[in-house]
Amino acid sequence: MEQLNGALRNFIVENFLFGQPFDFSDNESFLKKGIIDSTGVVELVSWVEERYGIRVEDEEIVPDNLDSINNLCRFIERKTCVVR
Amino acid sequence: MQLEQFLESSACKYPDKLALVFEQQRLTYGEIERSCNRLAHALVDAGIERGDRVVICLPNCVEAVLAVFAALKASAVFVFVNHSTKADKLAYILNNSRAAALVTWDSKLKELPGTDDSIPYTRVIFGVGTAEVCSSECQRIGKPLTLVDAAVSAQGLDRPPQKKCIDIDLAALIYTSGSTGRPKGVMLSHLNMVSAATSITTYLENTADDVVVNVLPLSFDYGLYQVLMMFKVGGRVVLEPSFAYPFQVLKHLIEEGVTGLPLVPTVSALLLQLDLSKYRFPSLRYITNTAAALPTHHIKDLRRLFPEVKIYSMYGLTECKRVSYLPPEQIDARPTSVGRGMPNEEVYIVDDEGHRVGPGVVGELVIRGANVMKGYWELPEETARVLKPGPLPGENALHSGDLFRSDEEGYLYFVGRRDDIIKTRGEKVSPREVEDVIYGVDGVAEVAVIGIPDPVLGNAIKAVVSLRPGATVTQRDILGRCREKLEDFMVPKLVEFQAALPKTESGKISKRLIPAAEASA
Repeated sequence: MEQLNGALRNFIVENFLFGQPFDFSDNESFLKKGIIDSTGVVELVSWVEERYGIRVEDEEIVPDNLDSINNLCRFIERKTCVVR
Repeated sequence: MQLEQFLESSACKYPDKLALVFEQQRLTYGEIERSCNRLAHALVDAGIERGDRVVICLPNCVEAVLAVFAALKASAVFVFVNHSTKADKLAYILNNSRAAALVTWDSKLKELPGTDDSIPYTRVIFGVGTAEVCSSECQRIGKPLTLVDAAVSAQGLDRPPQKKCIDIDLAALIYTSGSTGRPKGVMLSHLNMVSAATSITTYLENTADDVVVNVLPLSFDYGLYQVLMMFKVGGRVVLEPSFAYPFQVLKHLIEEGVTGLPLVPTVSALLLQLDLSKYRFPSLRYITNTAAALPTHHIKDLRRLFPEVKIYSMYGLTECKRVSYLPPEQIDARPTSVGRGMPNEEVYIVDDEGHRVGPGVVGELVIRGANVMKGYWELPEETARVLKPGPLPGENALHSGDLFRSDEEGYLYFVGRRDDIIKTRGEKVSPREVEDVIYGVDGVAEVAVIGIPDPVLGNAIKAVVSLRPGATVTQRDILGRCREKLEDFMVPKLVEFQAALPKTESGKISKRLIPAAEASA
């Protein structure tokens, strides 16, 4: 979990914040914080699919699964569990 | 009539009708009216007076809608600022407008600077979100706090405060990108905004049966007007945080029986990438598009996907809200036209001497009507450049800065802009504002920011940079600085390094020569 959390945070900081120090908690919404916008979600989904070898269905592209570090962690753990 | 009366008259006519849906929250007109009245009293109690500016910096949420109407009910002028605006620029807007109050949420408060009082005019903060965070942040900033939640749940004070405005008073300042790099406040009176909303709801044939889904930020006038117009006719707004999660929006479109879908080309590009074959939208009556022209292939695809739906292609400017719309029955015959002037408005094209020109001749578009702004806030010279004497004594007509031609029947076709403002994702971006930030990166010698065509964004922002000898600046350094200082839509998509930027004969950077320089590189 900790490792997953770190990898996700690293990806978000590198790709959407270009390494800028930006204070956001694991529970905070990427959208409300202005970290990710409409076009960024597409990028996030393709990265998650590739990195974790899962397929994200259209219906799964919702904030409950993707819009914070914690939501992403839960979603990826659930999906990778199913794959295994 | 005043703008807040849209809400007041619908609350009187339909107190129990659903007015606003946001995530799990569903509010009736009666509930919104009561909440706004309570919040308006809290503003008045905090010392807000007629004509005071109230800056609202919030993402799309119920409190954002309440704050707009509460400010109006308190006889104040609301200034809605994009929620991704960074602290420096937010402070600039607070100071430029001399805003007496700021309505924002807990995590934005964390970004504001501490007690050196960089926002001296702002006397009070209205906070949304966690009470503890708002309270400790306001203490740090050194400003008194009122919690929006507490204000709207205060018992009593359910009637609006006494009205002090008349309809030629200001209702809103909308900050828009200027070619100088500093945003300028477009001054809009109650009459301006009521007139625009009346004209638009007339041609869209809106009624109390309409349900509009709004994915656009309320800081963007097109998003804001979705709320204003539905409240005017007593319809329902389904407010979305954004279009980042399209399937969630589609689900709401079906569940809520949405009749109106406002788009900008970026949203339509994202929508058209989806497989919509398993969805049906039987309630959908119309789609609107503005901010930038809808590409012809989008129109064709939308027509194929939604054959029964009316598609309105429109064109507008913050300075007058809307300029023109193409009647939906014309869209197959004139797909590249943005139509004609809307009801109760006159538009025409003039040459460089100000004379009206005939069909086929390119000139500047001029707009006359009660919807034309009062000017730019405290910028008389910039105002005089766009508001020029109209045909009647004392009247001002708006010179749009946009070049158009018309056909024989008076339908308008956009040709280009006179300045170098970039339209990306439907938002206006001043290249100068982005360049100023990039010049702040140590080692940058020259920079030119240009717009390049992009299938999703309309125009993507590109920064072409040259470095000082020996400097080791990377793309990441430049984008990181932009991310820190600029709203998200202003951050360049592309950065390119060149040894030197092409110059005009007088030695100025020539943006016109940049594509040519790239081609030969």
